[in-house]
Amino acid sequence: MLELQNVNYEIDGKRILNDINLKIEDHFVAVTGPNGSGKSTLAKIIAGIAQPTSGRIILDGEDITELSVTDRANKGISYAFQQPVRFKGLTVKDLMRLAAGKNTTYGQLCDMLNEVGLQSKNYINRSLDASLSGGELKRIEIAMIFARSSKLSLFDEPEAGIDLWSFQKLIGIFEKMVERTKGNVIIISHQERILNIADKIIYLKNGTIEQYDTKEKILPQLLDSVTAD
Amino acid sequence: MDPIQKKILHEVADLDALPVGAYNIRANGKSAARNSTANIEIVTKEDKSGIDIIIKPNTVNESVHIPVIISETGLTELVYNDFYVGENSDVVIIAGCGIHNCGNGDSAHDGIHTFYVGKNAKVKYVEKHYGEGEGRGKRLMNPTTVIHLEDGAKMTMQASQIAGIDDTLRNTKAYLANNAKLEINESVMTTGVQNAVSEFTADLNGENCSCNIVSRTVARDSSTQHFTSRLNGNNVCSGHTECDSIIMDKASVLATPELQANSTEASLIHEAAIGKIAGEQLIKLMTLGLTEAEAEEQIISGFLK
Repeated sequence: MLELQNVNYEIDGKRILNDINLKIEDHFVAVTGPNGSGKSTLAKIIAGIAQPTSGRIILDGEDITELSVTDRANKGISYAFQQPVRFKGLTVKDLMRLAAGKNTTYGQLCDMLNEVGLQSKNYINRSLDASLSGGELKRIEIAMIFARSSKLSLFDEPEAGIDLWSFQKLIGIFEKMVERTKGNVIIISHQERILNIADKIIYLKNGTIEQYDTKEKILPQLLDSVTAD
Repeated sequence: MDPIQKKILHEVADLDALPVGAYNIRANGKSAARNSTANIEIVTKEDKSGIDIIIKPNTVNESVHIPVIISETGLTELVYNDFYVGENSDVVIIAGCGIHNCGNGDSAHDGIHTFYVGKNAKVKYVEKHYGEGEGRGKRLMNPTTVIHLEDGAKMTMQASQIAGIDDTLRNTKAYLANNAKLEINESVMTTGVQNAVSEFTADLNGENCSCNIVSRTVARDSSTQHFTSRLNGNNVCSGHTECDSIIMDKASVLATPELQANSTEASLIHEAAIGKIAGEQLIKLMTLGLTEAEAEEQIISGFLK
């Protein structure tokens, strides 16, 4: 279970996150809100990429506020970037193996790529460079998080750029992930179809949690107030 | 061969035993082992230091290993190796030089390799440079490669220098006839105060010949690198040269691609990029559980692969 206590984040005198208090206990939690509301910053704070100005982050009872990105990854936090990173020379196989662990077989890596709708034989040996499209990189990014199978997985707008791939398949991955790990999946999204599978939805605005409740309570209001983009 | 020489042989030629096929192993200025085959003859030069490697026409799926090992401090040598590759052959040539210098004298190997690749022949040439040893003496290498590709000949050259060479000047010149094709991949890493200079020149003389030169380098600490790649397009031809470098610490990298078209039908492209490891690349690998140092090594080894 993840808990944030009085988390604030400021940069250049501007407050991006404002006294965030939340407990993530459900399997699927969606984070939504207008652009610039602090959603990605919230994910980065949890993954350790950004350090809160004040407040504590607790994972399964342990204070991880001071831990590095690496330490948090090893404690079971995974983070799928909104804009996946390209590498010259490193291949899909290299990254997938780092994500899945050394003992994973070639066949298992291929299966994971197939899960995200990529024909493994066409991708496994490709370089993660400019030769791959944004949508392909996005799916590989998701496959990596699937491969890590950690107890807390964060996805920053996983649906962006994968318009050709069915949403059902993406949702199926999230479900399989929870089935395997019995852990928590936090998904930043504007998409109604993703919000629809969430057990709970966090609505963030101007760095403040305006609402955090079941989708049944929040979704109807959101559909009136949030413009999906 | 002593354990040090065996280790160097492993580093430069992946050899733990005598190879299959033709070979000439040169250790501390002398031939330590040699084997010619029915199709590949290795002959000592009479007028100067070095060997001639004569490959008969139509020799296919054969290999030649010619590693050089220097483990004596203060030994310097200049060696001429000439390769005559017969028409329609398809061969792999593994060269490479390793220096172990634990003394105070500079050890140097200057190798001049000239390739005469016959019509429609195909050559894969692999050259690996490696240095080690705790001595104050420097480990120096200055390889010169001259490549003559006749009509329809193809050559792929993979040159790598990943560790331990203090100073190197690599000079590569190529002359391409009709439909000849040359592919060069160079990977270099320099550390400490090492200096590496690479100069490539390709004359694209024949109709429909093509050349692709790709250099990937990493410069660490206070090391310096200078990469020059010059393509001369003299006919209907295509040429591409690319230099991509990761710069770290207080290193310095200079890339100077040069293109000269002497024909309206020459199509020449150059690309050069120098930059540090992107922070987001490090962070991505750290989110997979690697430490920052491990992430850096992973990025570099992938880049130089």
